[in-house]
Amino acid sequence: MIEKDLVILGGGAAGLSAAIEAHNLGIKDILLLEKNNYLGGILNQCIHNGFGLHEFKEELTGPEFMSRLAQKVVELNIPYRLESNILSLTKDKIVTYSNDSEGVVQIKAKSVIVTCGSLERGAGAINLAGDRPVGIYTAGEAQLLLNSFGYLVGKKVFILGSGDIGLIMARRMSLEGAKVVGVAEINPYSAGLNRNIVQCLNDFDIPLYLSTTVKKCIGKHRLEKIVLAKVDNCFNIIEGSEFEVDIDCLLLSVGLLPNVALLNNLGLNFSSSKGPLVNQDYETECDGVFVSGNGLHIHDLVDYVALESREAARGVKKYLDNKLLNKGHKIIVKPGKGILYAVPNYIFIDEADDQITFKFRVNKPYKDIDILFKIGDTVIRKIHKNAIIPSEMEVIKIEKNKFVDCFDELTIEIKE
Amino acid sequence: MFDIIVIGAGVIGSLIARKLSSYKCNVLVLDKENDVGNGTSMANSAIVHSGYDPVPGTNKAKFNVLGNKMFPKMCEQLDVSLGKIGSLTIAVNDEQISTLKELAQRAKINGVEVKLLTKEEVIAIEPNITSEVKGALLAPSAMIVNPFTLTLHALENAVDNGVNVCFNEMVKDIKYVDNHFEIQTEKNIYQSRFIINCAGVYADQIHALIEDIDYEINPRKGQYFLLDHFKPGFVRHVLFPLPSEKGKGVLVSPTTSGNYIVGPSSEFTSSKDDVSTDAETLKSVRQQASNLVKNIPFNQTIRVFAGLRPTPSTHDFIIDFAKTNKQFINVSGIESPGLASSPAIAEYVVDNLLQSVFTLVKKDDYNPIVRKRINPKTLSIDERNALIKENNAYGKIICNCEKVTLGELLDELNRSVPPRTIKSIKKRLRMGFGKCQGGFCHPNLIKLLASYYHVDMQDILYDGENTNICCFKK
Repeated sequence: MIEKDLVILGGGAAGLSAAIEAHNLGIKDILLLEKNNYLGGILNQCIHNGFGLHEFKEELTGPEFMSRLAQKVVELNIPYRLESNILSLTKDKIVTYSNDSEGVVQIKAKSVIVTCGSLERGAGAINLAGDRPVGIYTAGEAQLLLNSFGYLVGKKVFILGSGDIGLIMARRMSLEGAKVVGVAEINPYSAGLNRNIVQCLNDFDIPLYLSTTVKKCIGKHRLEKIVLAKVDNCFNIIEGSEFEVDIDCLLLSVGLLPNVALLNNLGLNFSSSKGPLVNQDYETECDGVFVSGNGLHIHDLVDYVALESREAARGVKKYLDNKLLNKGHKIIVKPGKGILYAVPNYIFIDEADDQITFKFRVNKPYKDIDILFKIGDTVIRKIHKNAIIPSEMEVIKIEKNKFVDCFDELTIEIKE
Repeated sequence: MFDIIVIGAGVIGSLIARKLSSYKCNVLVLDKENDVGNGTSMANSAIVHSGYDPVPGTNKAKFNVLGNKMFPKMCEQLDVSLGKIGSLTIAVNDEQISTLKELAQRAKINGVEVKLLTKEEVIAIEPNITSEVKGALLAPSAMIVNPFTLTLHALENAVDNGVNVCFNEMVKDIKYVDNHFEIQTEKNIYQSRFIINCAGVYADQIHALIEDIDYEINPRKGQYFLLDHFKPGFVRHVLFPLPSEKGKGVLVSPTTSGNYIVGPSSEFTSSKDDVSTDAETLKSVRQQASNLVKNIPFNQTIRVFAGLRPTPSTHDFIIDFAKTNKQFINVSGIESPGLASSPAIAEYVVDNLLQSVFTLVKKDDYNPIVRKRINPKTLSIDERNALIKENNAYGKIICNCEKVTLGELLDELNRSVPPRTIKSIKKRLRMGFGKCQGGFCHPNLIKLLASYYHVDMQDILYDGENTNICCFKK
């Protein structure tokens, strides 16, 4: 069986960034596998701008961002294979993939970074009720069909969910001549970034209906209309609040989930982020298997995906140098009151770098609160926030020497 | 002039067509849909019931028990996977335990092997069963099957043995002239000596075209959850609550593809094409299922859907000649346990009913075996590489969730009942059946089909008329 020091599963922003960093750290025996016939993943269909402000200090489109990474991979001669679909990953880090030139190939990897990105929640996941006509798509599918294939999926559009892809598509479809009738969000606050609410909805006079959901879809062959309804605090439909909208297309932008399909055979535990549990270096509970990017938890910006994937590559370097053994004092990171999830999920403090990066999201918007990092009853870090919202990931770095030996649990919580 | 026209390409029509294809006769199957099995046969619980439950002496009891026994051989010939997993009917209180004993008696009369299990025995084989469980009735002969695959392969086998099929042909009128029928569809007129009416929920309307009828086929909706294949063995048998007058109740079962199915509800609907779901009913299905199995991960739902049972006002399968014309055979009201009964019904309709009025002569060259499909997922890596060496399309994955290969798609496109729509490919190959629900693979599939058929992506339909996904070319 072929052996490799590092196999990277997925050639999107995360995989490319990890590959470049690993190469720069001296890991040369790499293979990156990508299922499509191009590198860059979803960035290829994100033709809008707003990428790269952190990574490249300039504003780029998705294809521009990805081509910078892809060019680098080519320049550095990092081996990759396109149209190679990964069939499985085992605990022994045997990667099996298939393509039409080599057939089914197995590789024994010393380390693996899984960068498979995310999946959109669809109609089934939200139990969308009513008829099942043509005209209901996830925002990402509509984006792919429009930006990569050149077809508009509807002319009179409503968007359920105020996730960023939905907001971007509201603007995109408006620019292509479709009428976007409105956006409904089941929460009493938006799920998207503020800049997208302003640039994609407000600038196009598209109304955002908060605490509103689609009760029912109507249409025999094609979607004809939807019934919207207001919801209460528990997301129950408020009887009598229903109203109908005539449309031919409903886009769903109701959240992304880490694509963990390849991790299913590894016996891993999962976090409330829906991604696997990882240590301070993005290594999962399966020795030598790392996960980064949207496959671990959903990021606001591709810049953060790139950064995290470089950190994961540094973790791989430590692992290959036998400096990441998951030994010594272990601290469990617990998302406490008001915290939806936190990364990492546990820390081997003796093996950690001098600074430890924590990423987390709150479970709803808060104003004027403190975020506390507590070990036992001791607050090791307190950060005041005038406002904090779930759609913006928080990043906090804490020095390793703040962690006292005798405790094995760190709680992140909010104090109102 | 055809000898026999079968109206409806569901599981009953397709298995009857297959049976007819073993005889020297000229057969046509008509269906209003664009594909085989696009109605009740595609959206049901996918269970081959054991037959302990129907009232003894009914058509349902007779054909269910006979049909169940025919499944293993039929599925072998038709290359259809069959899960011989057995069913458990779960009792959760003492009253239900005594009902189980009555059901065991009924099973004995129907000739079905069953066994009463204690609470401990049930927990041992179904660890996720409700903690309220008091006992269960095990019916080892209950099985799971993919009902669409069965329907498709049956019709394909029929076509390979000489049967003709026309899709997109909705029957508008039937006239009886000069000892034969003239069937008028929207586009054509077909002539035939015999008609076998297998039109599912529409069978009463088709029958009413030739004589007055005194019954109705009422569509009774069942709503379901389909869960992803998150974990093998979450439930291992078909799990039923106790049956009631409304039917067999909300079941929880694995499917032959490793998914889990939860449902159905049971409510009459006024429209024969209303397969909508509604939030309240789904909530109730969820609740009822949770009374049967602990901690069902509904967050693994990949689809909610509804199917229609063709429920006859006569309460039993209608399998007989029309009152005034022995050239017209009705096979209608085939609700549950219709799937389990289907092979026995097909045999009875052809060998008993039709043969009593029309002499059929066996074909010498009838081949009951369908050309096997290659499923790369079931092969070893060496076998798979040998296959890819011969045809590299089997190396190219075109659906990431279900790992479908281009080779499998090309094979389907070159078969005798080929798919033309996205939905018909989804039904055959499970493309879009996974977690992404087609979000990633459907756009590429549309492009592939457009290039295969030399048309624009706008011309590729999802299902029926006016269902193109790519609407406006930019």
